[in-house]
Amino acid sequence: MAGDIYRKMLLIRRFEEQVDNFFAKGMIHGTTHLYIGEEAVAVGACAAIEPEDYITSTHRGHGHCIAKGGDIKLMMAELMGKATGYCQGKGGSMHIADLNIGILGANGIVAGGIPIAVGAALALKMQRRKEVVLCFFGDGALAQGAFHEAANLAGLWKLPVIFICENNQYGMSLAVRKALACQDITIWGQSYGMPGIRVDGNDVEAVMEAVKEAVARARQGEGPSLVECVTYRWRGHSKSDANRYRTKEEIEQWKERCPLKRWRNKLLERNLFTEEELKAIEKAVEEEIALAIAFAQESPEPGLEILEADVYA
Amino acid sequence: MREITYKEAIREALREELLRDERVFLLGEDIGVYGGAFGVTLGLVEEFGEERIKDTPISEAAIIGAATGAALMGMRPVAEIMFSDFITLGMDQLVNQAAKIRYMFGGKAKVPLVVRTPLGSGTGAAAQHSQSLENWFVHVPGLKVVMPSNAYDAKGLLKSAIRDDNPVVFFEHKLLYNTKGLVPEEEYLIPLGQADIKRQGKHITIIATGIMVSRSLEAAHILSKEGVEVEVVDPRTLVPLDKETIINSVKKTGRALVVHEGCQRGGFGGEIVGLLCESEAFYYLDAPIWRVAGKNIPIPYNRRLESAAVPQVQDIVAAVRRLVA
Repeated sequence: MAGDIYRKMLLIRRFEEQVDNFFAKGMIHGTTHLYIGEEAVAVGACAAIEPEDYITSTHRGHGHCIAKGGDIKLMMAELMGKATGYCQGKGGSMHIADLNIGILGANGIVAGGIPIAVGAALALKMQRRKEVVLCFFGDGALAQGAFHEAANLAGLWKLPVIFICENNQYGMSLAVRKALACQDITIWGQSYGMPGIRVDGNDVEAVMEAVKEAVARARQGEGPSLVECVTYRWRGHSKSDANRYRTKEEIEQWKERCPLKRWRNKLLERNLFTEEELKAIEKAVEEEIALAIAFAQESPEPGLEILEADVYA
Repeated sequence: MREITYKEAIREALREELLRDERVFLLGEDIGVYGGAFGVTLGLVEEFGEERIKDTPISEAAIIGAATGAALMGMRPVAEIMFSDFITLGMDQLVNQAAKIRYMFGGKAKVPLVVRTPLGSGTGAAAQHSQSLENWFVHVPGLKVVMPSNAYDAKGLLKSAIRDDNPVVFFEHKLLYNTKGLVPEEEYLIPLGQADIKRQGKHITIIATGIMVSRSLEAAHILSKEGVEVEVVDPRTLVPLDKETIINSVKKTGRALVVHEGCQRGGFGGEIVGLLCESEAFYYLDAPIWRVAGKNIPIPYNRRLESAAVPQVQDIVAAVRRLVA
């Protein structure tokens, strides 16, 4: 488990670095929103649930998908618009989904996945199932009406959904202190009939423990919870971000609190892994990434015949 | 066969589908004990319980979004939006999410939901409670759009809509709720995408939707006395549209008039005119294709002004007389 947590965070980090690299080279088009720096939130949260549970994701969704067990070959192929991608090349970065492993979709609309997560939780409750839904969203989404409507409904109907707010300090460029009238995000949970808790989002263990508690509540029929994970994104909002709204110093300070470095050090300190074993994990991740890239590059483009397919069932 | 109202026909459809498939459930504002703003769901919560007939807070985005999420998970929700004007509050969930999920995900998912909603003017409800926005949804690939004009069609179409695996927007005209029609007692379904020729005629084809179907039939009755025989085609489903029936009718009569309540500008009529001009029917036309539609204004409150804002029987009669002259 501890090693798998490290491996997954590293997989996300290296995957995103490659994506950034390919963007710069023009090998991936459109736009992308990198998860670098936030790995502990996705991995910690997904470590608290079972494979049968569900997640909804955001426009910054590669981390969530990988943490939930998404196939990085299919993800890379999708980013390159290939026919073998998760969405046959028709979705792109913000619409990756894998319903077989409970990934109900990344989402191009801020807060767009929140009502959907609540609906999925409603279905689970109506179907008398014990699975839960992790609903990821950022600090920016808290200002959207859809969050409030959905959170209210979830709290009212005691639905098995865990609201995970990835507070990475900025919407696109707007600092969270300039966006929310109430800066204590945990209070927002209380407004909607659920407990709110704040954790260090760069401490993967802390995230996992907090989400585990929330998941247990949900499975026992006690309803939703709000977990605020305080973290930071290292790169810009998207590739077009010149970072004019924050300082280099701030970014460097947060890099010191790198979630990967912290967990790696813990693994060594606790004698769970040796340096050699960690290097082996790191090498294996590099290989897995290389295979994903090769798969994506060698995959064919979709044919025009799929252009008008699957608009309707 | 018995005569029941449009509203009762819709209620029967809901009841039958709730009985038939345990995945079907209703959600919306005041649909429980209140029975729905227009009384459509009266009695259902008493029969099916609050588990399946869910009263929601005033949260259209959550209503449509929750329906989307539930549908993704295999349920078959039927959401009621109290007035179709309020769909605007749930547009992201309907247009950016429900409509697009299947395509964006590469065909792997389906969203079998129905949004039922009353549209139209004539009740003095004024601008924000009287619109006919169906063409907004006609313009969103991934949605199906249905607009029944009578009790028989309403029941058969709603049952099909609920069984359809796609998101369907089902528009019910407010002024039709208490109109009566003959509806079989035995179960029947009307497939989506099938138009209905409500009246045969040889001089001109009227393509009409919603309440304009009955107004067109009234106009046809008046015109018949003048020796003008009007064929009235009711598309019933706007998306997917039964183009063949419309085109064949216009080929037969050589004249076409589209009648709808929504504003003329950007309305469904333009879609029909374009379709006909691009089809074989163009070469059979003896007159230009016209539209009789709502004025490009918000619906006013005053009763006379409200009537003047949308096509009435006399407007249809006048247009036909000029086209056949």
